[in-house]
Amino acid sequence: MSELRDELKYLSSHEWARLEADGTVTVGITDHAQDALGDVVYVEVPEVGSEVVAGSEAGVVESVKAASDIYSPVSGEVIAVNDLLEEAPETVNSSPYDDGWFYKVKPSELGELDNTLDAEAYKALIEE
Amino acid sequence: MLKETALVAYHKELGAKLVDFGGWNMPLNYGSQIEEHHAVRQHAGWFDVSHMCVVDLSGPDAEAYLRKLLANDVARLKTPGKALYSAMLNEAGGVIDDLIVYRLGELFRLVVNCATRDKDLAWMNTQASGFDIVMQERDDLAMIAVQGPEAREQLHRCIDNDAPGDLSVFSGADFDGLGTQLFVARTGYTGEDGYEVLVPNAQAEALARALTDAGVKPCGLAARDTLRLEAGMNLYGHEMDDTVSPLQANMGWTIAWEPEARAFIGRDVIAQEKADGVARKLVGLILNGKGVLRAGQTVHQGGSDETGIITSGTFSPSLGLSIALARVPASFSGDCQVMIRQRALDASIVRPVFVRHGEKQI
Repeated sequence: MSELRDELKYLSSHEWARLEADGTVTVGITDHAQDALGDVVYVEVPEVGSEVVAGSEAGVVESVKAASDIYSPVSGEVIAVNDLLEEAPETVNSSPYDDGWFYKVKPSELGELDNTLDAEAYKALIEE
Repeated sequence: MLKETALVAYHKELGAKLVDFGGWNMPLNYGSQIEEHHAVRQHAGWFDVSHMCVVDLSGPDAEAYLRKLLANDVARLKTPGKALYSAMLNEAGGVIDDLIVYRLGELFRLVVNCATRDKDLAWMNTQASGFDIVMQERDDLAMIAVQGPEAREQLHRCIDNDAPGDLSVFSGADFDGLGTQLFVARTGYTGEDGYEVLVPNAQAEALARALTDAGVKPCGLAARDTLRLEAGMNLYGHEMDDTVSPLQANMGWTIAWEPEARAFIGRDVIAQEKADGVARKLVGLILNGKGVLRAGQTVHQGGSDETGIITSGTFSPSLGLSIALARVPASFSGDCQVMIRQRALDASIVRPVFVRHGEKQI
């Protein structure tokens, strides 16, 4: 059974978003996604300073088995990326919600998060 | 309804992720395929490969029949228990399947692929017309591969019999173990030393449990794929199929051209191809930067309009970079580019063997 966190927002494409206290949004992939992908060997994140658009491709995660596009839950400027994933991409497997985050955004349209799924709705989706 | 091996309950107990593989419910991994991969390179792992199809062939014409059916020549098998690897070709010189055949006294034992089982048996039956042979599929047997530098001693301990230690590479024989008879062969699909064991279905779980309990890691098909790819071994349906000549699949070494009079199926077509010059070759690729090579990506080289194609690609756990097998124009060598998500990334063409016996080959 994969782990879910109530405080997160989810996309049906298996990304999560966390609204931080400072108003930024952190993005990663879900425990369910990392489990389905298997051992992650390469993560491509957007560049710091670039703009991401909600619902559009923002990166790629590759496991031994498959490549999967990452879609951004929110629009805005990328203000940080997780450098750890360059050296230790397997962190996505071991800690998808904490150490394995992908990038942080300064959101331009915070209301976009209202279009995402809460934990209960995402749970229903992956149990289908 | 998926077919199941004698070990399916044990796979579930071990927490395997089971997937549909050629109509069989098989373990993909038991957690981390990379850890399973390293276990085989460094120590030992076991794999359930019972989905492979074992066929025993007997009768007065068995040898003559196989000398027509197979591109390699079973007459080369002089000693009992010796095996060879061969392509089975169609009339157009395409590969119907690749297989291992053992000579066991008066009997020949063939091990063919699971996904190709039905068409193989249909083809073999069609070609049997006029030959006095008996074909028996051995679905009473499970098959467990034990692979890695410690694999052989581990198996000896688990079956309380070290006699298989005398087997030379690519040969097999019957041995006592687990209160029954086991066929043990010194073969594999990982590039490491080890055995493939045919065990009666009723004793399969006892053998698998003994191996796990001895510290031999259960390994799934995902690790099997990265191991065989590092070893540069072909996978049917990827490196070759009914439309691909063995000469374009790095299988030229498995074709027995002598004696010239032996008219194996497909011979005329591939002999002509060889005489004309083979247009494409199977090579290894190494990606120089970050990313993962995948089957279907195209291979390009400056100055040529022709393109190659990746037949299998993966991340190599042993090398820490991405490797692939690719079929490219015969003129390609050295540096090349692979298209990954609309970008041309630099790669190098190498001999298609990346890791053998735990050692890097590149």
